Amino acid sequence: MALVQLTISALPAHVRTARLMATAVARRAGIAESALDEIRLAVGEACSRAVEAHRVHCPSRPIQLDLIDSAGSRAPEGPPGRRPRPASQNGRNAQRFEVVVFDRAPAKEPAEAFDDQPGLGVDVEDDSPATEIAGLSPDVGLAVIVGLADEVSIEPHEDGTVVRMSWPLGKTDPETGSQLVG
Amino acid sequence: MDLKLDHHTQDDTEIVVVEGEIDVYTAPRLRELLIDLVNKGNFHLVVNMEKVEFLDSTGLGVLVGGLKRVRAHDGTLDLVCTQERILKIFRITGLTKVFGIYDSVQEAIDKRKSK
Repeated sequence: MALVQLTISALPAHVRTARLMATAVARRAGIAESALDEIRLAVGEACSRAVEAHRVHCPSRPIQLDLIDSAGSRAPEGPPGRRPRPASQNGRNAQRFEVVVFDRAPAKEPAEAFDDQPGLGVDVEDDSPATEIAGLSPDVGLAVIVGLADEVSIEPHEDGTVVRMSWPLGKTDPETGSQLVG
Repeated sequence: MDLKLDHHTQDDTEIVVVEGEIDVYTAPRLRELLIDLVNKGNFHLVVNMEKVEFLDSTGLGVLVGGLKRVRAHDGTLDLVCTQERILKIFRITGLTKVFGIYDSVQEAIDKRKSK
């Protein structure tokens, strides 16, 4: 297993840094080119969500990203005080690229409705102050992650949320079925 | 790449040209521009996203916010986008049913005028 850890302050400018880092590590791990855009967007969504939550609740605390080129061996520990990452089951975590975003803002349960709903979280007739500012429900970011990642788990805790997302490693491009070279 | 914004008038429509990355860091600039255009009486907007390299849900939120503002004045906000990687997030969120998404600025203008 190869691990790259990144800790960022809760500043919007650093979300781009996290995206670039995740994409670079994923490419190096051998993720198919067609999945790199998905990883870039999913990591951006997870980090944007974490940054916004930290800015409200704990702006001085950092956000941690683990970028894991997993061979199914020992799992990384996560931030101090956080329960350890579950062990891989039947080698499920083997041959996968996993991104884990740890935030430390008090979490609420994400909305359950991540199904295929037209205009998810969007009410263009809604004039409430919240939608006036953001335009979309904060849960849309999580819904996007669910739509992009091959496997996702979102674990809200009183002391923060852990977003895990992973994609299969492999040289075969899933959209074209072709073998990637170089 | 950072965000570049430009706008011009074409056939009674304000065309907003966006280039670069729209994310939690840069989206406030796009929001300010859309608000400014609406406040100046531009209620028919076309956002040309052909040079957008990255768009996340924060950017989508800004576009939805712009749509709400122009609709309050019986206006329109349509998009020009042919890039699959950008269209993907519109599909995931169901926003393809909320926005008019066209292949060119002229097509967006013609469609609006034909309604």
